[in-house]
Amino acid sequence: MPLQEVESFVGEETADKDFLYTLNFGPQHPATHTTLRLILTLDGETVIRAVPDIGYLHSGFEKLGEDLDFNQYVTIVDRMNYISPIANEIAWHHVVEKLLGIEITPRCRYIRTIMAEIARISDHLLNVGTAALDLGAFTAFLYAFYQREKCYDIYETAAGQRFHPSYTRVGGLMADVTDDWIRKVRDFVVGFPKAHSDISKLLNKNRIFMDRTQGIGVLSREDAINLSVTGPLARASGVVRDLRKDEPYLAYSELDFQVVCAKEGDCYARYMVRMGEMLESLKIIQQAIENLPSGPVNVDIEGKAVIPDKSATYRSIEGLIQHFELIMTNRQWKVPVEEVYGANETANGELGFYIVADGTGRAYRARTRPPSFIHFAIFPYLIEGHLISDVPAILGSLNIIAAELDR
Amino acid sequence: MDHRSTLSVLRSQLGEQAFVTSEFRDNFRIEVPAERVLDALLALKDQAGFDMLAELTAVDYLHYPNARDRYGVVYCLLNTTTGERVFVKTFVNDPDPCLPSVFPLWKGADWLEREVYDMFGIVFEGHPDLRRILLPEGFRSYPLRKDYPLRGRLERHNFPVIPRAES
Amino acid sequence: MAVRPNENFLITQLDWLANFVRANSLWPMPFATACCGIELMATASSRYDLARFGSEAIRFSPRQCDLMIVAGRVVMKMVPVMQRIWLQMPEPKWCISMGACASSGGVFDTYAVVQGIDRFIPVDVYVPGCPPRPEQLIRAVLDIQEKVKRQGTLLGREFEERKAPERPRPLALELAPSEKIVAPGSVRTATQEWDVN
Ligand code: SF4
Repeated sequence: MPLQEVESFVGEETADKDFLYTLNFGPQHPATHTTLRLILTLDGETVIRAVPDIGYLHSGFEKLGEDLDFNQYVTIVDRMNYISPIANEIAWHHVVEKLLGIEITPRCRYIRTIMAEIARISDHLLNVGTAALDLGAFTAFLYAFYQREKCYDIYETAAGQRFHPSYTRVGGLMADVTDDWIRKVRDFVVGFPKAHSDISKLLNKNRIFMDRTQGIGVLSREDAINLSVTGPLARASGVVRDLRKDEPYLAYSELDFQVVCAKEGDCYARYMVRMGEMLESLKIIQQAIENLPSGPVNVDIEGKAVIPDKSATYRSIEGLIQHFELIMTNRQWKVPVEEVYGANETANGELGFYIVADGTGRAYRARTRPPSFIHFAIFPYLIEGHLISDVPAILGSLNIIAAELDR
Repeated sequence: MDHRSTLSVLRSQLGEQAFVTSEFRDNFRIEVPAERVLDALLALKDQAGFDMLAELTAVDYLHYPNARDRYGVVYCLLNTTTGERVFVKTFVNDPDPCLPSVFPLWKGADWLEREVYDMFGIVFEGHPDLRRILLPEGFRSYPLRKDYPLRGRLERHNFPVIPRAES
Repeated sequence: MAVRPNENFLITQLDWLANFVRANSLWPMPFATACCGIELMATASSRYDLARFGSEAIRFSPRQCDLMIVAGRVVMKMVPVMQRIWLQMPEPKWCISMGACASSGGVFDTYAVVQGIDRFIPVDVYVPGCPPRPEQLIRAVLDIQEKVKRQGTLLGREFEERKAPERPRPLALELAPSEKIVAPGSVRTATQEWDVN
């Protein structure tokens, strides 16, 4: 048969009709880690089109935010990005304090900074560990989880709960930290670099890992901006933006650290950015724990913003009145009838809250800007033209947290 | 942060009367009527350098004190070179709340608009694929509207039961 | 009167053997939806190591598993998926409801979240906590093993005996919010009605 005839056989009309088939991926699939669903159109092994279907964990967070007051809602925000819960609390109360115009104390600022960075490390650890697990490297996962247990210990020492600490309050913290906590953070700072280098040694130059991540899922700088991508994903594509530097909050302007960036924008670059950020976070923790200011963790009680501690409530009439005022739903804080947006740089990107306040102690509308939601929207662009075995690699590099995705 | 150059762009494109500005903490807000919102966003994107749509959301002002319109839609724009943020706000009303889609300007608006449609029932004209995103296809209400109860209208009980004997 | 050996002697011994084998080789199928799923991972990985108790063979394919661990909240869109997976698992099978959300809805008393998966599928062991500590989950697995050892029969006679539903019936109607707060354990006013028969 002459060659031309064979070529004309694979014409344009037949290409999208006869050879394509559809594969359903999820919602219950190990590589999704949680509940995502993808409908993939395949040509052989190549993914032509991917249509994500989400909402398998939509539990009405924002509706609950309209029902609970500013302190109560912290327990719900915890459950949003459950890989680094405390970072969500800090972001939520950052915005509430912005709305109420409260300036928190230096000690509180530093403790929150340390907690936020530990959350970032534990988030990146889980992401790196599971991304490696999906590509067949089980050992890195075990190393990562061992260090995560250390992070849990730190939360537990401070707040009493290892997973969902609910540690922040409007204008301060649930309780001051103890010496035991400081010792544990110091131990973590000393012990972590070893685990980090173990993981890097396993993966950084690993032939299989590199082959499966380099050049996969490339996101260009222009696309990253146009698609609203933030955080490590954007930084891996060369967007030099980090809210910790650009709109400094907490104690970040007083600490010395660098923003980790890469140019390639592929899965490997994202992995490298995350690994680099962990070391920068460690630097921040180290400086912050050595310079931890003394003094109170809560703002002055005269400001009528914080719930007084137990002894003040039970032993003094002012404390009792103040406690009562903050608990009664018709008193609470002096809230302006205004709207405010604020954002923090969490491990996943810009986690923002848009609060509409109507003068009561509850938000009239508590909107979350969820980084995972925006990052999962770019998945169809990234997977196009890649093989089906690249789906777990790309999903792993995006770090999609279903509860934050669906809320 | 200085917003003068942004304002001068808007003045030259829309005219003096077309918008109202306000400020609270560090949020700089521009209120535009719904017919002009696409022009305003286009001007901000092409001439003032707001290349990222950081956030798009809606609010139902049904029980809000002194509110005149039912739904407000908020666009948070970000200039990634200068780090400037502005919040463009517009209002729509029942019976069929409708706005032009900004998907042609920012591809990131795709899912954000679908979510607003899912939760509030605001239709974005020109959106390529406006379906429900978080809730099941058969769901009929818009849960983040203020007249929808927190615990729903019994939808969550509406499933068959599998007893032990049948499984 | 001569002593007759129990005619069920052989089958009882076989039951014992089958139960022993079943109980010590549970294959969990993690139906991990939310935060509890991360604790489930932590239970299976270093430090807590579920493998010490003979149920480390975590499989994600329902047809190979006999223990479903529902970890996390189940929402409207997920219920049909969960039921389908439950039906795909072969008998004998057991179910652990891990965490406050799976057992009762937890903090999420909203329009989208199912208030306890036991309204729609049978559950054997409930694990309280939000999330339960890994030790609690390990305890639950041990409890399941205990239950398997005591209940099962080789020929599956226990399934024939179980005609009536053995769990609370789902409510047809939601109570008004004012009636919602009830003393726990009150049969008359508790949020779920019990089948008296
Ligand atoms: S019980 Fe708590 S930890 Fe478990 S899924 Fe529910 S909210 Fe998350």
